[in-house]
Amino acid sequence: MNPQLAIRNSQPSALTTLRIAPSKGWVSLRLHELWEYRELLYFLIWRDIKVRYKQTALGASWAIIQPVFTMLVFSLFFGHLGKIPSDGIPYPLFSFAALVPWTFFANGLGQSSNSLVGNANLITKIYFPRLIVPLASVFSGIVDFLLAFVVLLAMMLYYGLVPTLNVLWLPLFVLLALVTSLGVGLWFSALNVEYRDVRYVVPFITQFWLFATPIAYPSSLLSQPWRTIYGLNPMVGVVEGFRWALLGTKTAPGPIIAVSSAAALVILVTGAFYFRRMERTFADIV
Amino acid sequence: MSETAIKIEGLGKRYKIGTLKRHDTLRDQLVYLVSKRFSRNGNGNHSLSRDLLASQAMPDSASDTFWALKDVSFDVKRGEVVGIIGRNGAGKSTLLKILSRITEPTAGYADINGRVGSLLEVGTGFHPELTGRENIYLNGSILGMKRAEITSKFDEIVAFAEVEKFIDTPVKHYSSGMYVRLAFAVAAHMETEILLVDEVLAVGDAAFQKRCLGKMGDVARHGRTVLFVSHNMAAVENLCKRALLLDRGKVRYVGDAKHCVTSYLDFGSISSGGDVDLSSHSARSVGSRPLLKRVRLLDSNGNVRDRFVCGEPMKIEFTFDPVISLRTPQFGIGVNDWMGSRIFSITTYFSDSQLPSLNDLCKVTCQIDDVPLAPGRYSLSLSAGTLENTLIDNLENAVSFDVESADFYGNGRIPEANFGRVLVRSRWEKSG
Repeated sequence: MNPQLAIRNSQPSALTTLRIAPSKGWVSLRLHELWEYRELLYFLIWRDIKVRYKQTALGASWAIIQPVFTMLVFSLFFGHLGKIPSDGIPYPLFSFAALVPWTFFANGLGQSSNSLVGNANLITKIYFPRLIVPLASVFSGIVDFLLAFVVLLAMMLYYGLVPTLNVLWLPLFVLLALVTSLGVGLWFSALNVEYRDVRYVVPFITQFWLFATPIAYPSSLLSQPWRTIYGLNPMVGVVEGFRWALLGTKTAPGPIIAVSSAAALVILVTGAFYFRRMERTFADIV
Repeated sequence: MSETAIKIEGLGKRYKIGTLKRHDTLRDQLVYLVSKRFSRNGNGNHSLSRDLLASQAMPDSASDTFWALKDVSFDVKRGEVVGIIGRNGAGKSTLLKILSRITEPTAGYADINGRVGSLLEVGTGFHPELTGRENIYLNGSILGMKRAEITSKFDEIVAFAEVEKFIDTPVKHYSSGMYVRLAFAVAAHMETEILLVDEVLAVGDAAFQKRCLGKMGDVARHGRTVLFVSHNMAAVENLCKRALLLDRGKVRYVGDAKHCVTSYLDFGSISSGGDVDLSSHSARSVGSRPLLKRVRLLDSNGNVRDRFVCGEPMKIEFTFDPVISLRTPQFGIGVNDWMGSRIFSITTYFSDSQLPSLNDLCKVTCQIDDVPLAPGRYSLSLSAGTLENTLIDNLENAVSFDVESADFYGNGRIPEANFGRVLVRSRWEKSG
């Protein structure tokens, strides 16, 4: 160790006493601590992005292949053969505009649900706010989302559709997808520590959820007030919001968005508290 | 600013046996609950939901839980280097895990003054696909270092690890030595006021271990507070002034490191002298039944001894109470060195001789014709069971003895401790 370091060591920074004691019942989320560890969050996101497509032949194009092929299948079976209405938008564009945020949501959910178990070596060896782990998994999906989004823009260009000023609302809908993904992911990741059933439940739920969301069909098939109630599924708000902001569909999503946002927030907040409550035993049972 | 870096008061950690016997899936959990229901009440009046409530409300019955750590209290002053020693399962790692906030205590509290860095393992979070450079940043941030801090130390870390040439190669292509050096180098450059270290020195080749110890010594001299769990008694004696001896979750001794190490080495043989009463011995494993009552070490004249010379005959005599008749009794003796590593085992199972069935209190002896051990201190772990492979009684390090150098090979040449622990005679010839 060089002398310079020694000098720095001999001047301890201002110290606060930390008390380690058993916690009881529901505990605070300690969001300030999350902020202190923001660099770790950054590095974990960066690691996830960096290694995601390592040693795959097709690399990052997987981010595009997934939604594009689903779009092709949907277009063939639901659009071409099933003649499902698409709010006056060419069916491929109609479904792809929904599949892009959906893929972001579904991948984020899958990754975050397995995140604690997948990072068991970190959790049993080092302390940091555990919330960072599922948070990083959801955030790392942003790059994939952006790649798919570029394809979506190209498709709009091809079909000659120019978005209106409504496009300014788009970040809100991305945020809504992220909040939903994280909220459900928090529940599942915490449950997964104790019940490995979650590993089997998540793909099943995701598939079910895909058809419970107006991706292959428009929510305009429903009349009011059912369409608004439909918004209790937060992904309804995300998908209709995307179509409204980019494609200018007529289903003005105001009430749906409000209901969806409320539902997503409830999932996120309850998920975060449940996660924090279970957190104290993660290292013992993971 | 307080002079105490860590104050621990009545700290305890209780595990439910149920969490060890894990129910990995919901189905297992359901099966467990249902089977519990049927075993608990024959009349079937209880509903499953009531059982669910009951199992949540009273998991505390003594048999369902055990204390990995209990009533641990001690203080660590600022700048002190304290060693923590004890057998496997004594609670050393649990203590460090609580202090580094990985797991919560069940009772008591610990007050910590200052930033804590914990090193329970080197290379936590290393990713094989990332390069050395990338892993330094990732691992550093996992250990709680800021990015600017890592950048300022980067060259120093790389130089310490001696991996300059491969810094942009994915670590999966590293040799295990390079990998460990890099991992330790990152950890060694943490600059927290308090450092918690667990056995990390048990890595790498001898030369690197020496450098790690040197680095630890530097850390200690620069006024930082260090808690250091180790099985390496020499390291504890060298680095620490004070040490803590844990035994089954409780503090057995805290104070002068040299004295602590001696009492750790001694307490395998509480009454020592080569004659140990085992009927209520602290070294008995959890769940064992105390069938082994006494052990004596005898020389060729039948005298009790705890000091033998290389190559001397030794007789190990058990006093054994089978309680019920055992038709196929089996005994085992594990020989351990002073650091607790098993060197070899002697068992009835692998021997030519057969024991008759044992019905009541008796003596069983095991004869070793020539003790094949190099000079040093050793301890014996003892076990008894039956051929059906059920271990009934087991004691770790129940009795210790010293071996002194002698003319083992019968040629006037005296073996030394650094030749290894076991002495083997051999014949050499020109064969072609």
